[in-house]
Amino acid sequence: MRRKLAPYLLALPAWAWLAMFFVVPLAGMASLSLTSGNVITGFSQTFNIGNYLTAIDTYGEQIARSLFYGLSATLICIAIGYPAAYWIAFKGGRHKSTYLLLLLLPFFVSFVLRTISWKFTLSDNGIVLGTLKQIGVLPADFGVLNTAPAVILGLAYNFLPFMVLPIYAVLERMDHGVVEAAHDLYASRVQAFVRVVLPISLPGVFAGGLMTFIPTTADYVNASVLGGTGNTMIGSIIQTQYLVNNAYPIASAITFVLMGVLLLGIFSYARALGTERVMEVQAK
Amino acid sequence: MRNRNRVNPTLLRGLAQARYGRRDMLKFSGLAAAGMALSACGVAAKQQEAPAAKDFWEGKKETGNVRFANWPLYMDSDRTQLKEFTKATGIKVDYREDVQDIAAFAGKIQPKLANGDSTGYDMFALTTGIELARFIALGYLAPLDHGRMPNFTRHAGAAYKDTAYDSGNKHTMPYASGITGIAYNPQFVDREITSIADLWDPAFKGRVGMMSDAQEIGNFGLLVNGVKPAESTEKDWQAAADKLKKQRDDGIVRSYYGQDFVQPLTNGDVWLSMAWSGDIYQQNAEEGTDLKFVIPEEGATLWTDNMVIPVTSEAPVDAIKLMDFLYDPEVAASLAEYITYIPPVPAAQDVLREQAKQASGDDREALTALIESPLVFPTEDDYAHLHSYVELKPGEEESFTSLFHAITQA
Repeated sequence: MRRKLAPYLLALPAWAWLAMFFVVPLAGMASLSLTSGNVITGFSQTFNIGNYLTAIDTYGEQIARSLFYGLSATLICIAIGYPAAYWIAFKGGRHKSTYLLLLLLPFFVSFVLRTISWKFTLSDNGIVLGTLKQIGVLPADFGVLNTAPAVILGLAYNFLPFMVLPIYAVLERMDHGVVEAAHDLYASRVQAFVRVVLPISLPGVFAGGLMTFIPTTADYVNASVLGGTGNTMIGSIIQTQYLVNNAYPIASAITFVLMGVLLLGIFSYARALGTERVMEVQAK
Repeated sequence: MRNRNRVNPTLLRGLAQARYGRRDMLKFSGLAAAGMALSACGVAAKQQEAPAAKDFWEGKKETGNVRFANWPLYMDSDRTQLKEFTKATGIKVDYREDVQDIAAFAGKIQPKLANGDSTGYDMFALTTGIELARFIALGYLAPLDHGRMPNFTRHAGAAYKDTAYDSGNKHTMPYASGITGIAYNPQFVDREITSIADLWDPAFKGRVGMMSDAQEIGNFGLLVNGVKPAESTEKDWQAAADKLKKQRDDGIVRSYYGQDFVQPLTNGDVWLSMAWSGDIYQQNAEEGTDLKFVIPEEGATLWTDNMVIPVTSEAPVDAIKLMDFLYDPEVAASLAEYITYIPPVPAAQDVLREQAKQASGDDREALTALIESPLVFPTEDDYAHLHSYVELKPGEEESFTSLFHAITQA
């Protein structure tokens, strides 16, 4: 009997942790999202669905924009991260861990500082643009900072390792024999990659996709540091509503709308790629 | 906000990882705590009556320790003035630079105050604006006992006594003040900037910086329309918002800045911007840049970082002693020399003048520049052009902020 109970008892701290810091606040927030009132007079439960309508109506544009930025950043991360992971896994040789360390090294620095250093880099007369302007490649009034591309690039940069590492983990574990087998069966290098390596690595791409898409969509630092007048992301709105306006009901409603949209996106994505394989890679 | 800019504040925040971590923690713990407090009772903070001064102070004793939360770079790293205070009174000060973002700081302590719990601070800095008004309305701030504030009574400047946001100084004593005006970089702007309307000039398309804070930008929208913020009505707010929306939609604004407008201004990413006086003074003094700061002809706003005591303070007697100590002209002068924002003690200027007379060389030059700077010691004429903030009645802040956040957070 005791032996049977042991695993459950061991899992107890994890459950307690989840309940305490996830389920309870979530339930509280769900209840809060349906209240009306303000912080001076207090909030009362009125099952006010209107908060959700306001959230979608007023901030639909920022939600859509965040999804677009998040998706763009994720695609850029795949485009940059996949070859990097591939190269480290297959060509890295005995220096693999050094390369991984080099990849992670910038991320030992605070997130905000990294983003701010981009601001210096992308500045109109900064190292990059200033130089290009001096040699006449770019017109003098060209600028990147405070635009959508700046925000997306910042996001992609900040979350790149979350894409590289899962892909690397899958590729690294792959039995190299299957590629040789493909060549033995007269597959070209391209064919071997497309039909053998790529399908095997997809779960890594999926995991990496989740780990970049979710945080980039909800991020509020990049848009406020690198964005301009029309680049606000939904994370900043939630932060403002909570902390500046103390409009807890609206902020909670936006949070749930965002969560719903993200979950919907993730489930359809999982469907498309096949969930089983995904859960498998998560479990490994 | 109102950071001293000896180090670029954005850079400082980034460099000091622990600091960012703490700030971040503040935000998240604030959110989590707020969530917990709210979920526990289902109803958030409700208005409560602040105790009367007599009731509050009765039976309160000195404890020998006081915890003070202030903005970073608002006192030198040696904490000279606090050491003097400890020497004079024997009271030890636990000074923390925990106020790094008003909203995050207020968000963190609000649930505790709502529950009547200690915030962990016996006094803290709170800037004029929505949070301060809210804390006063909610009865979170201790009523000050003017019998315990002799230095304040004697030395506080007229503009800092009996303020619009706290008549009769019932709850607040100013720590330092600053002006929100316009700064521009003459390297890129080839004419003199004199008015807020210049921020709407199509010649500066894509080169104008505005502030993201609803009150800061709202004030400028009102002033450019010729309306005094403190006397504005809801109709004026709408007109101001329309004016600001047009400025944005015409592509004139490059970005809305929280407090990081100095670097873009220096780099030339923006050519002119809404700015805080002290930040510009410091940038010019420290890095030798030649940014210009103007109080525009339509007027500018004067804001104040106040010292307040929460009702749940464990050492209010020590706190009010420290607050009053900082009103000693000698102390105020040495603080102002470091902060380079406006001290609420006009006599500090005389003290600095005396010091300048005795100093020589570079020191003398620096002191003279400080004394003569209208950014640190505004003249009577300057004060005539300085307006106080919009007075928001409880319940009005929501419509006000959403109006202007719709512009800055589009």
